[in-house]
Amino acid sequence: MSDTSVDISGETTAASGFGEVADYFALLKPRVMSLVVFTALVGLVVAPGSMHPIMAFTSLLCIAIGAGASGALNMWYESDIDAKMSRTAGRPIPSGRISRQEALAFAMPLAIGSVLVLGTLVNWVAAALLAFTILFYVLVYTVWLKRITPQNIVIGGAAGALPPVVGWAAATGTVSLESLVLFAIIFIWTPPHFWALALYRSGDYARAGIPMMPVVAGEKSTKKQMLIYAALLAPIGVLPWMMGFAGIIYGVLSGILGLVFLGFAWRVFVSDTGKSTTVAARRLFTCSLFYLFLIFAILLGEQVFGLETMTVGF
Amino acid sequence: MAEKQQDNEVEIEEEFFRRRRARSYAIAAILLGLVVLFYVVTIVKLGPGILDRPF
Repeated sequence: MSDTSVDISGETTAASGFGEVADYFALLKPRVMSLVVFTALVGLVVAPGSMHPIMAFTSLLCIAIGAGASGALNMWYESDIDAKMSRTAGRPIPSGRISRQEALAFAMPLAIGSVLVLGTLVNWVAAALLAFTILFYVLVYTVWLKRITPQNIVIGGAAGALPPVVGWAAATGTVSLESLVLFAIIFIWTPPHFWALALYRSGDYARAGIPMMPVVAGEKSTKKQMLIYAALLAPIGVLPWMMGFAGIIYGVLSGILGLVFLGFAWRVFVSDTGKSTTVAARRLFTCSLFYLFLIFAILLGEQVFGLETMTVGF
Repeated sequence: MAEKQQDNEVEIEEEFFRRRRARSYAIAAILLGLVVLFYVVTIVKLGPGILDRPF
């Protein structure tokens, strides 16, 4: 039951106070949040030294809430373009279940609270990084870049790549080269992942006036750039093993996964315009999700089972 | 007709209060969780030293 009306700008306006608890939860972008928590967990576990489980839980909770608050602030700011895209039209604000003011009033205390609690209970380096991540996602990506440049998700991808660095900082109180390698993996992975989505949703993005790469530069240029990023990602994905903070199992599997990812990007590159591109882009999008999950899951698995020091020949 | 509209308004009002109550319970649960979290983290950070303090 959503008592909604349409104002003169054509935007749907929600009646105040009708949001369900589930609608507020949806504002936190739970699927994105789960990936953020997972990569932060890996950063936290791979970091040297040990951390009390309660402190680790507290860190992940704050990172999850900070990420959720960023998602809610993103939905608050982008409700006009969300309403124009089929993928996002059902979100709580454009569908009229929650008003923009309610979303803002919900997100701000969560954003500030997550940073303050992380700083007070864990450490202020991690808290500062979390604050930077939230501000970068909301101000740099959402407010500034998303509507003006096709490089929006390339630069904005830094926000999505920071959670393992925050996790590492929560465990050690520092930022190290190893945590920056984890950052680099997600940062380089982001463009082919989102451009694959944009290739088969380009109509949606064009309607909403978002200058995604396929809309601005065309399919051919986007496919070429995706292939370049996939080619860069393959060796960067192996770096944790080369730098010695992952074992041989990770080294071998990350190499194979990088080549598989590159293969899917190649299929997109050589696909003909139209249905063939749509199919290849959908496959690459699915592959990219598996790639990132598996890369971090293997890193985590090696740490959990004590295999990170295993070398060739044992 | 007027009766039907009145019934509808009552229904909407009931739904409004049901949703507000659900949100209030959720906020209460979150605040309680925060209290427990601060308590447990305090115990973890102070460890055995929690009993070792000047009176």
